[in-house]
Amino acid sequence: MIEIGLGHYLTLGAVIFSIGVIGIFLNRKNIIVILMSIELILLAVNINLVSFSIYLNDLSGQVFTLFILTVAAAEAAIGLAIIVVYYRNSGTIRVEDIDKLKG
Amino acid sequence: MINFELIFPELFLALSIMFLLILGVFKKDSSKIIQNLSLIVLLITSVLIFNETFGKVEIMLFNDSIIIDYLSSLMKIITLLSAFFVLVISSNYLKTFKIFKIEYPILILSSVLGMIIMISSNDLIVFYMGLELQSLALYVLATFNRDQLKSSEAGLKYFVLSALSSGLLLYGCSLIYGFTGSTNFNVIAEQLNSNEYVLTFGIVFILVGLAFKISAVPFHMWAPDVYEGSPTSVTLFFTMVPKIAALTVFIRFLYVPFLNLIDQWQMILVFLSIASMLFGAIAAIGQTNLKRLVAYSSIGHVGYILAGLATGTNEGIQSSVIYITIYIIMNLGLFSCLLMMKRNNQYYESIDDLSGLSKNHPLLSLSLLVILFSLAGIPPLAGFFAKFYIFKSVLEQSMYFLAIVGLLSTVVAAFYYLRIIKIMYFDKEIEKYDTDHSLWLKFSLSASTILILLYFISPSQLIEVASRINII
Repeated sequence: MIEIGLGHYLTLGAVIFSIGVIGIFLNRKNIIVILMSIELILLAVNINLVSFSIYLNDLSGQVFTLFILTVAAAEAAIGLAIIVVYYRNSGTIRVEDIDKLKG
Repeated sequence: MINFELIFPELFLALSIMFLLILGVFKKDSSKIIQNLSLIVLLITSVLIFNETFGKVEIMLFNDSIIIDYLSSLMKIITLLSAFFVLVISSNYLKTFKIFKIEYPILILSSVLGMIIMISSNDLIVFYMGLELQSLALYVLATFNRDQLKSSEAGLKYFVLSALSSGLLLYGCSLIYGFTGSTNFNVIAEQLNSNEYVLTFGIVFILVGLAFKISAVPFHMWAPDVYEGSPTSVTLFFTMVPKIAALTVFIRFLYVPFLNLIDQWQMILVFLSIASMLFGAIAAIGQTNLKRLVAYSSIGHVGYILAGLATGTNEGIQSSVIYITIYIIMNLGLFSCLLMMKRNNQYYESIDDLSGLSKNHPLLSLSLLVILFSLAGIPPLAGFFAKFYIFKSVLEQSMYFLAIVGLLSTVVAAFYYLRIIKIMYFDKEIEKYDTDHSLWLKFSLSASTILILLYFISPSQLIEVASRINII
């Protein structure tokens, strides 16, 4: 049996973080997917913070995590609201079609 | 025993926001009252900061998570005053688009509260909370003209990219926390001596996140779109106020926790600065929309501000603070002109709409001329002195390459400012614009023009204010 250590958790966090970042840039279809990717990034940070907090025996990492969870909820709410507003104006939420502003 | 009077301005602002929100919900048609009350709240808050904390030497509160010193008080007052001017000159614009609602001043107040918290943060958690309070309000502000496709698209783009940058910044914070064992800036500074490469990763992530917030190249791609799409009054807010807070946070991060790793971040900052100056100068040349052009010019100006920070000296920080103060005054004047280009309830924002402005509106075009010359950095206007201080502090550190690139990009940038002046003065005149502007709009335009014109008479005053900033 291998011992699950800090390195494993950090690797998990890094992998989820990369999936989130790549998801934002590679996704060409739907804005909702971008919202999910942002959530993934924040969750990866939470994994990092909680595992650090346990290995350092220091509570402030977990406190930080709680704050991030709260902010992530608020951010998702505002993001969805903006997407709804955008959908009402343009009738689409395909990422390729968001190109009215350029130059 | 905590000295509550030191955070009284923040408490007052927070409570006023809640009160105004309740008042706005329960009283019908109260947007005018809310607007005026918000202006008063901003003024009272800055007076409170001036009375309670100005001139105090470095005080830490709440387990060292909030810092009150000269830099924070000064930047808070600048933030509050510029928010005041944004609010006061935007009311006519909002009324024209029928978006003069109670939410507008309240959102501005809450983002200002976030910025004030950011400015005096000395802890990663406090910093993050302030940043998010600011950003969440700004997302909604960018989308404020919600029935217009452009505005909602601007909000959407700003939301996605800003949330991504917050994520990057947070990842950096988590790495820094993990390898130093604390979220407090001072403790981080003590622990950061070791040469662990993971810490460099953390610093890079945090710098990338911050560069996103002040739209430095190569993390600028959101700025032109968002500036063009948002309502003009919100664009004015974007170009001025969040930059002050972001600059302060930049100073704090670089010169408190990361000071020992100056060799590692100095190169990054020099790169950001050079790229922003060059890109801002070159990309603005082909623009036809004034708001988009302002976006590129603000990217260029951010480059100069970062050049001051890259020096790693107190003089560099001071010249950056002077630069942003003068930049704010110039931007206020520029946007006052933009808000005056109105005819038959419609606002014009293309460069061609300025054609022949001097024949119909000699005074307006004269002040626009002064502001544009100042933005281009032509002596003896204020913009020249701002650039002069930056170059002086850069040259004192023998960073010749940075100074040369800065000077070259000033020359290139002068081209597009002068092109606007040429269109204004020598092209065929078009229809007249309305002249019934609000008193505040006229006041802010004339005040900023006069300040820019007469700055050379006593430049020592601003220098003296800035010279009391001592970080290192």
